[in-house]
Amino acid sequence: MTLLKVDQLDCRYGLLQAVRGVSFEVAQGEIVALIGANGAGKTTLLRAIAGAHRPHAGSVSFDGADVTRLPAHRRVSLGIALVPEGRRLFPSLTVEENLRVAAVGNRRGRWNVQAVLDVFPLLQPRRKMPAANLSGGEQQAVAIGRALMSNPRLLLLDEVSLGLAPVVVDAVYRSLANVISEGATVLLVEQDLTRALRVAGRVICMLEGHVVLEGAAQSLDRDRVVHAYFGLGGHAAGGASA
Amino acid sequence: MTLVNAIVQGIFLGAFYAVLACGLSIMFGVMRIINLAHGDVAVLGAYLAFVVVERTGASVFVAFAVAFPVMLALGYILQVTVLERSLKAGILTPLLATFGLSIVIQNLLLIAFSPDVRSLGGAAGVFTTASWQVTGELSISALGVLILVVAVILFGALQLFLSYTPAGWAMRATAEDADAAELVGIDSRAVYARATAIAVAIASLGGLFLGIRSAFDPASGPTQLIFAFEAVVIGGMGSLWGTLVGGIALGLAQTLGAQLHPEFSVLAGHLLFLAVLIARFGGGRLTLRVAR
Repeated sequence: MTLLKVDQLDCRYGLLQAVRGVSFEVAQGEIVALIGANGAGKTTLLRAIAGAHRPHAGSVSFDGADVTRLPAHRRVSLGIALVPEGRRLFPSLTVEENLRVAAVGNRRGRWNVQAVLDVFPLLQPRRKMPAANLSGGEQQAVAIGRALMSNPRLLLLDEVSLGLAPVVVDAVYRSLANVISEGATVLLVEQDLTRALRVAGRVICMLEGHVVLEGAAQSLDRDRVVHAYFGLGGHAAGGASA
Repeated sequence: MTLVNAIVQGIFLGAFYAVLACGLSIMFGVMRIINLAHGDVAVLGAYLAFVVVERTGASVFVAFAVAFPVMLALGYILQVTVLERSLKAGILTPLLATFGLSIVIQNLLLIAFSPDVRSLGGAAGVFTTASWQVTGELSISALGVLILVVAVILFGALQLFLSYTPAGWAMRATAEDADAAELVGIDSRAVYARATAIAVAIASLGGLFLGIRSAFDPASGPTQLIFAFEAVVIGGMGSLWGTLVGGIALGLAQTLGAQLHPEFSVLAGHLLFLAVLIARFGGGRLTLRVAR
């Protein structure tokens, strides 16, 4: 069953076209990794799906309903949650307040403050501390927990490993495995190719705003992905030239 | 002893400035809007109370209970019709929009009420005149105590609201990062409208105290805005308790300045404001802040 459908999406910043005619679908329960070099349009695409960026053209459908015109907070109440790039916690709010403020009234489910603290035990002693005083790994855990508080059906993760030590990234992904094993649908942006191929069932590779490669993670060999990633060997779509 | 009296009167005066400044501080803290119509909104609230008193002969405090919800609604409407649109157009547009609003309010008041000076003192009963003569030099007015108590309760209540209620967390979250707040399901437009509603209603409380303490006319707003703005800046922009401290510091500067020379009163407040401005944003950091 298709949960998310992106159709011919165009996103622009003024004259800069960040996403060009992107279409893809994500089925319920799938883990899809979005990869690509810096500036490929991955973050913009995620923000457009979450409602934080208003697309220039095209549409986003969630669970069969067109949500292209809905503001971000309404999409959260439908079940779309984004862990934004750079974490974007509310610095003066405590860990607990950061989590509680994200609890959406109409979405009940497994996740609450206690459940998040159980999955990220490193936050337990920090719950009364302002988010600004946390380490990078702790902040990332809060950011993921905050997104979970709305009991999302689709979790969008934007570079959760950015700026974290490898050992911390491992811990974050181990915790995510728990979340994923409960049947969440996840669309994640990840710079680390090996990690992306291991976590995801399917991979979508973007280059200069286009989707240049898409396929099941097992079916793709590393060379093909690397070629698509850097736009080598004629993988770039014809319309990309500017 | 006159010095003690000046300090006591300065604290009372400062509490009044803090109440006036409270709404200005909220709007700046949550939306980064400097509401140039804030003083006029306060005066509008005073006129609203004045109308109720004139029509019904009720006490000014009953009149305020009527005016308060009206001002809450006006604040909400102001946000969704004017300020929300102007916010989308960058930081200068809200400044221009509220400047225009200030002129509109002043002229509407002029049409409706003529330029005559009004006061709410007559309808405030015992609070207008009662005082305790502690010694020959020190007298404590009932109104001064009332304003100080109301100011402390007001700021305390706001602090409790922001610290312990979901709506308060949502307001702080939106103030810190409106984009991220939307992404966790907070309707930032509704939060902004709520903030402006609260700010406008509290401004009318300042207008009420202005009307009881002294008098007002349709052009009284800008002077009140200046004192409120100075209180906010002295206390640190966007800081709630800072605004209370800043208001009291301004009041103290004015009454202590008057000890040196009666004409020095308002000037002493301005000098304190300038000193704080230079100390806090002095030199290169001012240009840095503006550039950002």
